[in-house]
Amino acid sequence: MTIPSAIRGPVTGRKAGPTTRRQPNRRPVWEEKPTMVGQFGKGVTLTAVVLAIVVPLYTIVVTSLSGQASINIAGGLVLLPHGLTLNGYREILSGGTVTRSLAVTFGLTAVGTAISMTVSVLCAYGLSRVRTFGQKPVLMLMIVTMFFSGGLIPSFLVVNALGGYGHYWALILPSAVSVFNILIMRGFYASTSTDMIDAARIDGASEWRIIWSIVLPTTKAVSAVMALFYAVGYWNSFFNVMLYVPFDHNKWPIQYVLYQYVNLGTTMPGTGATQVGAFTGPSAPAPLTLEMGVVVLSLVPILLVYPFVGRHFTKGMLTGAIKG
Amino acid sequence: VSTDDLRERVPVRQASPRDPAAAPDPLADRGAPRLSRRIRFRRDRTLLLMTMPALLLLVVFNYGPMFGTVTAFQFYDPISGFFHSPWLGLQNFRQLFGDPLFWGALKNTLSLSAIQLVLFFPVPIALAIMLNSVLNTRLRSLIQAIVYLPHFFSWVLVVSIFQQMLGGAGLLNQFLRHHHIHTWDVMTNPHTFFLLVTFQAIWKEAGWGIIVFLAALAAIDPALYEAAAADGAGRWRRTWHITLPGMRGVIVLMLVLRLGNALSVGFEQFLVQRLSVGTNASEVLDTFSYYYGVVNSDYSYGVAAGLFKGVMSLILILAANKLAHAFGEDGLYRG
Repeated sequence: MTIPSAIRGPVTGRKAGPTTRRQPNRRPVWEEKPTMVGQFGKGVTLTAVVLAIVVPLYTIVVTSLSGQASINIAGGLVLLPHGLTLNGYREILSGGTVTRSLAVTFGLTAVGTAISMTVSVLCAYGLSRVRTFGQKPVLMLMIVTMFFSGGLIPSFLVVNALGGYGHYWALILPSAVSVFNILIMRGFYASTSTDMIDAARIDGASEWRIIWSIVLPTTKAVSAVMALFYAVGYWNSFFNVMLYVPFDHNKWPIQYVLYQYVNLGTTMPGTGATQVGAFTGPSAPAPLTLEMGVVVLSLVPILLVYPFVGRHFTKGMLTGAIKG
Repeated sequence: VSTDDLRERVPVRQASPRDPAAAPDPLADRGAPRLSRRIRFRRDRTLLLMTMPALLLLVVFNYGPMFGTVTAFQFYDPISGFFHSPWLGLQNFRQLFGDPLFWGALKNTLSLSAIQLVLFFPVPIALAIMLNSVLNTRLRSLIQAIVYLPHFFSWVLVVSIFQQMLGGAGLLNQFLRHHHIHTWDVMTNPHTFFLLVTFQAIWKEAGWGIIVFLAALAAIDPALYEAAAADGAGRWRRTWHITLPGMRGVIVLMLVLRLGNALSVGFEQFLVQRLSVGTNASEVLDTFSYYYGVVNSDYSYGVAAGLFKGVMSLILILAANKLAHAFGEDGLYRG
C-alpha cells in the first residue's frame, strides 16, 4: 500500500526517503563513491570491535564444553574444539554451591524485578497525569536523590540498623527504585492518549484498572526495557552481597560465586576439587572447564533475554530520556 | 496496515476541526478556574497513593543515608547508633587530610579520570559516526546489538573474561608461550593498571555509549549534507562542518556528566582487582571509603571520605555546567 508523499507527514530521520521507501543498501545520489582505503579502514575497525567482544565469549563457551584432552592440546583456552562434552555442566549442576547460587539468583531476580516494576509502574503513572495534586513536591523529592546521595557507608549503616544484615531483602529493597527509570516511564505514560483514559474513567474504570488495561498494554516496549534493566541489576548483584551476606554461602548469588571461584580461586562443593559432585577421580572434568562453565552460566540468562528486548533499546531509552 | 503505520501517518493535521491539537478545545483546563486544593486532593488521591511505595523506599534508603552522613562528625559505634554516638566535630576530616593513603587514593582517582577522558570519551563518538555511515541497516543493527551487549555484564564477569584473555594463563600468553615469545601478564602489573582498567571500561561501556550519539546523528537534517555536497564539500568536510556541530549539544552534555562524575571512576571494577594488583595502584576514593569504613569498621572515617567525595562532585558538576553555558550550550540545566 503506497501513500502519496504529501500526506505522509514530516520526514523523520534518515530512514524515510523523499518519494519511495529507501532501499537498505542505497547510497544517496549526491554522495560520492566510497574510497577503497576508507571502506577498508572502516571494515577492519568495525570487524576488530566486533571480534573483541565475540571471540572471548566464543572461546569461553567452547572451553566450558571441552574435556581435559582438548585443553591440553590447546595449552589452555580452546579455540578449535576437539570433541564437545556436557560433563562440566553436569558436574556444576549436580547440586553444589553453584547449583544453589543459580536458584538463589533466579529467585532474587524474579522477586526483585517484580517489586521494582510494580513500584515503578505505579509511581510513574501516579505522576504522569497533568497537574495532579501533590505531583510537584513528590517529583522534587525524587529528583533530589539523583543529585545527592548519602553514600555507601551511611546506606550500609541504615540497612544494618533496620536489621537487614544477612537477609535477602537487603539485596533487593535498597536498590529497588530507580528514579531515572521512573522518569523514563513517566514520559511514556504522559504520552498515552488522554482521551482513552478519560473514556475509561467515564465507563467507570478505576485508576488501577486503567493502568492494567490501557497504560500497560500500550507501553509494552518501555516496560520490557525497564524490566530488563532491573532484572540485569539483580542478576548482577555483587557488591550488596559482599556487604550484607558475605559469609553465608547458601545465600550467595551467582556473581559472588563467580568472584570467589574464578577470581579468588576458592574451592567449593560441586566443583571438582572436593570430590563431591557427579564425577570423581580421573573422569572428572578439567578445572578450567568448570571455571568457564560458571562464567557461562553467569551470563547465559542475559544472552537469552537480550534478543527479545534489544530492539526496543533505542526507542525505550531515547524517547523517555528526551521527555524526562 | 499496522497501528504503528497509522500512528506515523496521523500527524498530518490539515486543519481538521476535530483534531484537538490543531484547534484547542475551548473547555481545556487552561482557561478553567483552578479547583480548590481539597477537591483536587479528593480527585487525585489514588494517584498520590500510587507514588507512595516508591517514595517510602526512597525516604528510607536514600534520605535516611543522607541524614546518616552526620556520622562523619561523630565517633560512630553501631550500638549507640546515629543519635547517641559522641560528637567529634571536624576531627575525622583533620585525620583524613593528614592521611597519605587518602591523598594516594585521590591522586589515583583523578589520574584515572583524566586518562579516561582522553582515551574513553572520544571512542563512542567515533564509533557512532562510523556506524552511522554503514548503509546496510541489517548489518548496522547486528553490530549495534553486539556492541551493546557487554554493558549488561557485571564487573566480576568482565574482569573474569579479561583474566582469561590477558591473564598469566590466558589466551594471549598461551599464544606467546606457544611461539616462544616473552610472556606478559597484564592483569597483575600495577604499572599498566590504569591503561588496563581504561581498556576494560571501553570494552564494557563504549558500545552502550554510542546510543545517545546515534540519536543525535539521526536528528541531523539530511538536506544539510546534500546541500554541502552540492557545494563541493567532501566526506571529511561534511563530517567536520555538519556532523560534529550537529552532535555538539549532546557531546557537551556528556562531557558535563563525565566531569561531574570525575571522582567516581568505578567501584566494583577496582574492588575485584584489588588483590591481584595491590592497593597502591588500585585504591580509588570509593574503595578507600569502603575499606576504612566497612572492612576496618572505622565507620565515621569512611563516611568522612565519602562526604568529601560527594561535596567535591557537586562542586564539579556545577562548575562543568557553568563551563557548558560559557560554550553556549544548555548543559544539564539552565538556571
